[in-house]
Amino acid sequence: MGTLYEDIVARGGEVFGEEHMETLRECVQCGKCTGSCPSGRNTALRTRTLFQMALVDLREEIFNSPELWFCTTCYTCYERCPKGVKTTDIIRTIRNLAAREGHMSVPHRMIGVYVLKTGHAVPIGPDQMKLREAVGLESQPPTTQKHKDQLEQVQTIFRETGYDAMIDFNWDAMTLKGMEKKGGKK
Amino acid sequence: MTEDSKTYAYFLGCITPNRFPGIEASTKKILKGFEIETKEMVGASCCPAPGVFGSFDMHTWLPIAARNLAIAEEMDLDIVVSCNGCYGSLQEADHLLKEHPKLREETNEILGKFGREFKGTTTVSHIIVVLHDVIGLDRIKEQIKKPMNDVNVAVHYGCHFLKPREVRGHGSSETPYILEDLMKVTGAKIPEYKDKLMCCGAGGGNRTADSVQSLEWMRQKLVSAIESGCDCMVHPCAFCHLQLDRGQTEMEQAFGIFFNFPILFATQFMGLALGLSQEEVGLDKQTTTIPEKILK
Repeated sequence: MGTLYEDIVARGGEVFGEEHMETLRECVQCGKCTGSCPSGRNTALRTRTLFQMALVDLREEIFNSPELWFCTTCYTCYERCPKGVKTTDIIRTIRNLAAREGHMSVPHRMIGVYVLKTGHAVPIGPDQMKLREAVGLESQPPTTQKHKDQLEQVQTIFRETGYDAMIDFNWDAMTLKGMEKKGGKK
Repeated sequence: MTEDSKTYAYFLGCITPNRFPGIEASTKKILKGFEIETKEMVGASCCPAPGVFGSFDMHTWLPIAARNLAIAEEMDLDIVVSCNGCYGSLQEADHLLKEHPKLREETNEILGKFGREFKGTTTVSHIIVVLHDVIGLDRIKEQIKKPMNDVNVAVHYGCHFLKPREVRGHGSSETPYILEDLMKVTGAKIPEYKDKLMCCGAGGGNRTADSVQSLEWMRQKLVSAIESGCDCMVHPCAFCHLQLDRGQTEMEQAFGIFFNFPILFATQFMGLALGLSQEEVGLDKQTTTIPEKILK
């Protein structure tokens, strides 16, 4: 583990390329991101502050800040940054690092449960099948929720990348560990 | 495969087929009317959501998206989508995997566990781009059965259709034109409104984790459209549809006020203008009601 900046460049660099992530260093704290931010209009998210915190290595403070999760990834600041800082991808990378260190809310972890169980973040149920029939469609689309062999491929990806362990997934109960009674087992 | 290929692999995603099948039905019906075929992608999954899975773990987001791309490649078809989330994920993944050979190699190592491979032979398009650029405004204009002359439409783009522009390639995200062009062809008026370019408030896991904040954000957007005299909102994103339509019920629960401001996906609005009924495009079974002015 290096400084937060080094980790952002290394982690994000694996996907976007290091140059893309190194744009963080170009930030001149002008605040155009914060001024453009539709979330900041209603929440305490201050993108400029977030980047300054990242640059001075306030790792734990960022990872424990609820505001980190108030960005909707709308890319308005990304489009407008006069220094070409790849803002949204930097925020997503900081979130990736935070998630790997256990900073992930239960509702966010639950999205992974739905995809692990059905292949869909928003699965279909009986009521929606009727809606499909009413507009002349097959009651269920031919996706992973219908084809279990296909779903297994998606589950394989989760196992390969360790996403299941990251959200503390119980494969026997097919839900989060600690939520077995309330939730999952069918 | 070229821009004028007449068959697309229709990537459905989650919300289109599983919550608002009227979006799927209207998309298929309109394309069929213009002799464009859509084929089902058997075994496709969640795209997966770019602001959500992209925020949690890029290294899981990417192979799941790549697997979906590989399914279309096996069909030897280009992809069309009806959700900005799907567009965002699949197009970004396609772009990254085509740009970075090492990333492609690592991703294919995972896909290889179940005999699939990303080859880079498909492209990802959006239904409103197919309408605008492949079918074309002139051909659509000839088929308009119910002109929307007296309807004021609040155009809402959502985020991932236009941005980041370096990947999307639809020009400036500050001065978009595709939806405006499509609305004008129907005869509709498109008043400017304060929060036109603002996000619906749902993305990045916000709708899931902090729904009241996300609803307040949407409330401001709807108010600004209503204040500008708009009769309805038309957009190109199934995920925005979930927030903007279903969210109005949740807004009533949270704030005690029900706007009933009509929300239409682009092909639902276009479908009505092309002569389809409200039932055929699934607008009779959503939260917000569509006024006579738009239906007649």
